[in-house]
Amino acid sequence: MKLLENKIALITGAGRGIGRVIAEQFAADGAIVYVNDLQPGDMPGWAEECARRNGTRVVPVCFDVTDTAALKAGLMGIYKAEGRIDVVVNNAAIIQNQKLGMVTKPLLEKMFSVNVFAVIDMIQLAARLMARTGGGSIVNIASITGVVGSPGQVAYSSTKGAVIALTKSAAKELSPQQIRVNAVAPGIIKTERFEELYEASGDKIDQRISRIALGRLGTPQDVANAVSFLASDRASYISGHILGVDGCASI
Amino acid sequence: MSNLEQLNSIFCEVFSVDAEALGAGFDNKSVSGWDSVRQLSLTSSVEDTFDIMLDPEDILEFTSYENAKAILAKYDIEL
Repeated sequence: MKLLENKIALITGAGRGIGRVIAEQFAADGAIVYVNDLQPGDMPGWAEECARRNGTRVVPVCFDVTDTAALKAGLMGIYKAEGRIDVVVNNAAIIQNQKLGMVTKPLLEKMFSVNVFAVIDMIQLAARLMARTGGGSIVNIASITGVVGSPGQVAYSSTKGAVIALTKSAAKELSPQQIRVNAVAPGIIKTERFEELYEASGDKIDQRISRIALGRLGTPQDVANAVSFLASDRASYISGHILGVDGCASI
Repeated sequence: MSNLEQLNSIFCEVFSVDAEALGAGFDNKSVSGWDSVRQLSLTSSVEDTFDIMLDPEDILEFTSYENAKAILAKYDIEL
């Protein structure tokens, strides 16, 4: 039996990057995957191909996670179609780096809206549906910067610190309903965006890479493997945990 | 069972009362043990029974039997 065989999973921010790789892994692990993003983009074609390749269903669902009514409608749509929701991965996030003195209030509010408020909203809505069918698993994507901090990331790291705190509190509050809540805290991950950053300031990034004990950058697949594990029944006695996927880094 | 009977049944089960006790005065100020946990249990049962998802504001306002009926009307549940 596959790790996530027949689990009904919703992954936000799955249109590209790490979210898409998580969705690929979930499909490979046998889950029926609902992939969410703001716009369809190339999701329909990719979802069809991914589903065919893995012998499962991959269904795009477009809505804005910060729009409570749309989020609720999206969740109810999945629940009515499948009869349950087993897993939610809160991956959608905004990342922008600014030095102190250049952190604008509108950007700060937007970042908190997507990275924190929408996650709380998702948890409080999805948990009620999960509770109806005996439980579930919620995996939030945090960041190593939320644990150890990082220069130029005061705004971003504060949202991820909040994700860590809310993960621990939600885990405690939802455990009576058999809903597990965990987070994955990635370190430096080699995404498309990272490659752009590397071209701009490779020297600084090389210094950071030298502080990764495992001697390499993380990959989206490293993150996806951890998320898939926490979502699965193999992590059935793990809740309120922040799992670092950082190569034993000290950024 | 009608929608009203189903709603009454939920209240009776959550608060361990007979249906005759339900009415205008049945609210969180007069009913002993009506705390936030009991209120969430009440709204959770209502959501299950009527296959709806209440907004957080409506869950907060679910503080009396009469409020409950008014809120359900917003979700097109005829009582």
